[in-house]
Order: sequence, then structure tokens, then C-alpha cells
Amino acid sequence: MQFSKVSGKKYNHKVTVYALSTCVWCKLTKQFLNENDVEYEYIDVDLCNEEDKQKVRQTITSKGGSLSYPTTIVDGKVVITGFRKDKLKEALEI
Amino acid sequence: MTTLEQVRKRAEADAKTYGYYLTPQPDLLQGFLEGLKINEDRYGYPLCPCRLTSGKFEYDRDIICPCDYRDPDVAQYGACYCRLYINKAVYESKNLPEVPERRPLEKQARAYAPQVAAQLAPTQGAQEKPPTPAPATQQTATQQPEVKKKLWYCKQCGYVVYREDPPYVCPICKAKREMFAEINSRIEFNG
Repeated sequence: MQFSKVSGKKYNHKVTVYALSTCVWCKLTKQFLNENDVEYEYIDVDLCNEEDKQKVRQTITSKGGSLSYPTTIVDGKVVITGFRKDKLKEALEI
Repeated sequence: MTTLEQVRKRAEADAKTYGYYLTPQPDLLQGFLEGLKINEDRYGYPLCPCRLTSGKFEYDRDIICPCDYRDPDVAQYGACYCRLYINKAVYESKNLPEVPERRPLEKQARAYAPQVAAQLAPTQGAQEKPPTPAPATQQTATQQPEVKKKLWYCKQCGYVVYREDPPYVCPICKAKREMFAEINSRIEFNG
């Protein structure tokens, strides 16, 4: 899977955002991370091929997430469904 | 090609028909409409911008905006899943609620490799095999998530619809889903 990486000064957490290119809430999540200078990687699932979509589904469901976008995974443990500033702040300690 | 203005007009007209409002924040609204337009250009129909789609009309039928889930979601939460359509109370409060996904899991699964989607009972964490090229035709038949369309009629007003599930709300008389019954028809060919 080809993740796009966005560098930032806050890189103490590994942040992965599963997003849709058409989705406003996904854009806001990315924007929020940009504004807070958080390093993260993201993938626009709607632009993926079938095989990668399968992998994304596997990854999200194996971590107990639901197949809604955006899904943000912090350090491979914390799964945040939707654009939730409060939860993102808590998980990223910002 | 559909213009953004057409997408906006359509959404406004639809909100008006149903007594809904569109989300009041201009940047959000613009984003939703742009997402709808991209999807319409991409797939030929205005798919929900907040959901993953299969690109196959039959599988996506329920998430063409306004989706099947909008009316029950607005009734329960005051907003649709995207929060493009909202009710008056939410419009006035300007506080958009969180709306969980109502679309059943087996329908969501169709967006991911349709060949194996049928197997996706919500088995979490199960190791999954890559979609093997279908060996025999018999097997594929059971594996393909089939969209079985039926005829449904509204017992209150008589509205008839041919699709997988009956609507949550009758578009004509607003009766609830429970008022829909299946029409069993049989065509016999003789000679």
C-alpha cells in the first residue's frame, strides 16, 4: 500500500489516517494534523486498487475499528472513527 | 457533465421537499457538494462522498445521495451520516451531531473486493486469504454478493418499488418501512 507521508515536528506517535478523497471530514482531519504540526501518513482508500482496499479493511477491522472514514490509528492501538478533535488531542497529547 | 451549481440546486430542492436544511457552514457545504460532484463525474451517479463505494451501481444503489439512510438518520439524530442534510433543530443550534453508520455491514463489505464480500460476516481479526480466482462456476455463484431485487408495495398508499429492500420511509405517503410488504408474483409460460 502506498501511504502519503506528511512530516511534522510532533513525531512521537505513529499516526495513520485512512481517508476518502471526496470526504470533507477526512480533509478536516488531515488539516487538523497539519495545523498541529503532527507527523502522519495517510491513504485515500477510494483511490486504491481492490487488493489494497482488502488490506485496509483487514487492518481496520483487526484493530476493532468500523469501516467508516476517516479512521485514524495512533501507535497501532488507538482507533478513532470520524473527525473527533477531542479524541485526537487526547491520543496525541496535544 | 454536472456543474457544482446543479449539484447545489438539486440538494437545495431535495432539502426543501423533505423539510430539511443543508448544513449551514459554507465551507463544509461546499466540500460535500464538491465530493458529490467528483463522485458523479467518476461513477456516473452522485454517491455519498463520506462512504467507500464499489463503483458498481447495483452494490451502491443504497448510498446514492440522498441515501436510503438519510431519512431514518435525520429522524433519529437530526442529521444524515455526512451531515449534509439536517433538521431544523440542528440547523438552529448549529451543533452538528455525531451520526453512526446505519448501513448494514454486509452492504459496506461490497465496496471491498466484491468476490469475497459475501464471506464477510463480521469476523474481526480473522486472517484473510486473498481473493482466489474463482475455481468453479458453482462456487462463484454462492460467493458473489447477490443483489436480489423484489417488488415491494406500500400497504398505505400502494406505491410499488422494485429493489433489494423496501425504503425506510415511503417517498409518497411517508409510511414507515413496516408498512411495506413483498409482492409475490409468478409468471408462467405455457406451450
